[in-house]
Amino acid sequence: MVSPAIAPDDVVNAVSIEDSIAYLKSKHPDAVTDDEREGYSGVVVQASKLLEVARAIRDDLGFDYLSSATAVDYLGAGDHMEMVYHAYRTSGGGALVFKAQTERENPEIPSLVPVWRGADFQEREAWDLYGIKFPGHPNLRRILMWEGFHGHPMRKDWREAYYEEEQKPFDNRWPGGHVHRSEEKNVFGKNVTYPSDIDLNRLMDTSESEVYASLGLGVDVERILDKDGFETNELVVNMGPHHPSTHGVFRMVLTVDGETVTSLEPVMGYLHRNHEKIGERNTYLHNIPFTDRLDYISSMGNNHGYVLAVEQLMSLGRKYNPPTYRCEAIRVMMVELSRIVNHLWAIGFWLNDIGAFFTPVLYFIQERERILDFFEAVAGSRMMCNYMRFGGLFGDLPERIKSVSNLTNDRIRDYNTMQFLTEMVNERIPRTIDELEQLLTQNEILLERSIGVGVLSADDAINYSAAGPLLRGSGVAYDVRRADPYSIYPELDFDIAVEQDGDMYARYRVRVTELRESVRILKQILPRLEATEGESIWADGKPGAYAPRVPFGEAYGRVENGKGELGYYVVSAGGRGGSSNPWRYHVRAPSFINLTPMGLMSTGYKVADIVGILGSIDIVLGETDR
Amino acid sequence: MYGTGLAKGLMLTLRHFVDSFVDDLRYGLRKYSHATDNFGLRQGTAAKGVITVQYPDEKVAVPERFRFVPFLIVEDEDHPTRSGKDWCTSCGICAKVCPPQCIWIVRGNDPDTGRPVPEPEAFFIDIDICMNCGYCAEYCPFDAIKMDHDYELASYDRTSHHIHDKEKLSKPASYWRDIAPTRAYEEMLVRGTWEHKDAAKEARRGAASARAGSRTQQPQAEVQPAPVVTAETAAAAPAASATAEGATPWSEDDAKREERRRKALERKAKRAARSGG
Ligand code: SF4
Ligand code: SF4
Repeated sequence: MVSPAIAPDDVVNAVSIEDSIAYLKSKHPDAVTDDEREGYSGVVVQASKLLEVARAIRDDLGFDYLSSATAVDYLGAGDHMEMVYHAYRTSGGGALVFKAQTERENPEIPSLVPVWRGADFQEREAWDLYGIKFPGHPNLRRILMWEGFHGHPMRKDWREAYYEEEQKPFDNRWPGGHVHRSEEKNVFGKNVTYPSDIDLNRLMDTSESEVYASLGLGVDVERILDKDGFETNELVVNMGPHHPSTHGVFRMVLTVDGETVTSLEPVMGYLHRNHEKIGERNTYLHNIPFTDRLDYISSMGNNHGYVLAVEQLMSLGRKYNPPTYRCEAIRVMMVELSRIVNHLWAIGFWLNDIGAFFTPVLYFIQERERILDFFEAVAGSRMMCNYMRFGGLFGDLPERIKSVSNLTNDRIRDYNTMQFLTEMVNERIPRTIDELEQLLTQNEILLERSIGVGVLSADDAINYSAAGPLLRGSGVAYDVRRADPYSIYPELDFDIAVEQDGDMYARYRVRVTELRESVRILKQILPRLEATEGESIWADGKPGAYAPRVPFGEAYGRVENGKGELGYYVVSAGGRGGSSNPWRYHVRAPSFINLTPMGLMSTGYKVADIVGILGSIDIVLGETDR
Repeated sequence: MYGTGLAKGLMLTLRHFVDSFVDDLRYGLRKYSHATDNFGLRQGTAAKGVITVQYPDEKVAVPERFRFVPFLIVEDEDHPTRSGKDWCTSCGICAKVCPPQCIWIVRGNDPDTGRPVPEPEAFFIDIDICMNCGYCAEYCPFDAIKMDHDYELASYDRTSHHIHDKEKLSKPASYWRDIAPTRAYEEMLVRGTWEHKDAAKEARRGAASARAGSRTQQPQAEVQPAPVVTAETAAAAPAASATAEGATPWSEDDAKREERRRKALERKAKRAARSGG
């Protein structure tokens, strides 16, 4: 089913952001103040009143969707910690940004989990990486680092193993740059610190109860283990971290009663590399190729969200030229192509998970292969595209997709780019989607495996901040491209895919419809590309600077990526007259937040369904763990 | 009826199975030829079935913009005035834009005056750290560092093989024109000459001083704007632009190109032998 448009469903929702802020200030005159810092928006809420204000935001003003909750450490720039929340209405519109501040020593901010369950993992992350405590949180444990890790690594004064300097570019690379390996300077073993009171033997301890005590799932291992021998019909099952169904290194701890799942706790962080800390050492430009490595299936979309956020900041300054129309058209084409790649991949691997082993996915991969060939010819790389730049792109489309032979036995090719695109968009991709449907949509085994399994209700989906096909499969017609449009989406004609059932099959249907809608968008892009032939991709005709100074302020750039809403919260602060490195660089990762309702969706189903339910969420661990 | 959906799907599987053989029959032995359009037939938009490229006996040649661990451009040996000279002026920009900071440059100094000279004394790239982003090539103002197409760099010992020094990084300018003719041509258009920026400037200065007696401004032949050829014709028929520009690198004959390709293969084989042993 396709919903043509989103209509505000009641009067409250029609209240503008300004009026909403005015309402909050009148209702809580001493708790809510405007955020008056240069380049910032929204309100600052007194921490002690946060819960009340948040309830008013959700219930009185209709901001039912908490997109992002993240922390910032303003060490040396106010010396406080801050939680930043972005709340939206699922009926569409801009963000209500609100913040709560606390001191750096013993930071404490009331938990918002009672208001939005979607804050659960995000607050755990803030505790883990910033050390902010959230009284009222049901399960405040580390989430990306392990219990017993020393310190809170995103704090500005925390230094990582192989620390070199606060910010790049590092001084010693030029002009006297003698090569060194970080591991030589700082040999293994010296690069980690442990808390003084830690008992390293305890980490080796394999006693079952200790292993599960560090998880929050409330498994009473003792009780389960206490039963004699084989008579028990209750079990704890670890799926992962090395398990083919988890699509990476990811672990689910389930308790089962016979075949039925009674609780499930996702355990993550095995691929954690502190992407955000790296991002804050990097310059703005350095971060673009790093974003490729988040959701490595759709790196074009990752680039897009990040450049949008930084462009928002740059537009606060004087010297900023927005991208040209041709540039926007190419960007949209690229992200739609990667959405197709993403959905083909997601559907294919979900089918693997439920038993259609590899035949369908290999058919889909043939088309993905051609799209990646195109990315390679345009951006230089198949998956790590690194294609978008602030205010432009790495390069215009080449006239021909072509290779020259360097070595004997090279297979070479030479196609006209526009012709290739036209054939792909008008023939090949639609044909693949038709085949996909013929192959599976009516397949009885698929129907029986997926209908009514892994159900997530619309209210839960919103409250748990689910995004993307997971949200739309539960009957919520929320798509950032329509709800809070960016780039040239407002002028493009497409519908939002939505299904009411909230089960695995609904999510599959949503993805198939989105594939078709993407093709529809691409068909509108092609004439736009032809019309702008010859136009520069840069507003002033020449590429942007390699070290732009970005004006102070904050920005939240979000896009609808294949896996859901991908947001970048970027703060420019410190120094004078703009910054060259982001002060805060946060990724609102759909793969991470979409796991919040995983436990809820799995309880009551069979063990064999868990793999399929996880596959139907569509996560990628590069993005989940960051 | 229960099972129809299943049967429909299986029909499709059967069709996929047959398609590759149909393609085989249709294109016949052309599958084994290496002409430009063949791969397109089997792997392009017209193909129905699948093709297997027998890597490593065969390879899919990478497109021009493909980027892998960078290399440094040095002037060709047969260049009349700058043979073997680095294009790099050790300006340091690539080291600054490199996201994982894997470029180290020692700037050269004139031994007599102690003043910096525009040529690096040493240049290192740690290819274990390089993320193949291509920024160094994109932002180098002298077109002196380029992304390579040679992706077979695996070795048994990373500590001895994976820090590329200047010697290992350097490749002749003509190599770049070989692997990426269209891009090299576009860059020439921006520079206004096939030569290095500085060489062109020097030549201009020399010409200007030779003409010092005469006050009339002569058109500058050395940096003449791009000849009117499209990237297409330049790439397809190097000789065309050669006539337009006189003694440019494009004028070299096929024998020379062959020779260089042979050398590249030898270098590669040597490296493989080294890392293999
Ligand atoms: S940017 Fe180019 S010229 Fe400057 S140091 Fe790097 S390679 Fe040399
Ligand atoms: S390709 Fe990127 S990572 Fe590699 S050396 Fe160049 S700038 Fe550095």
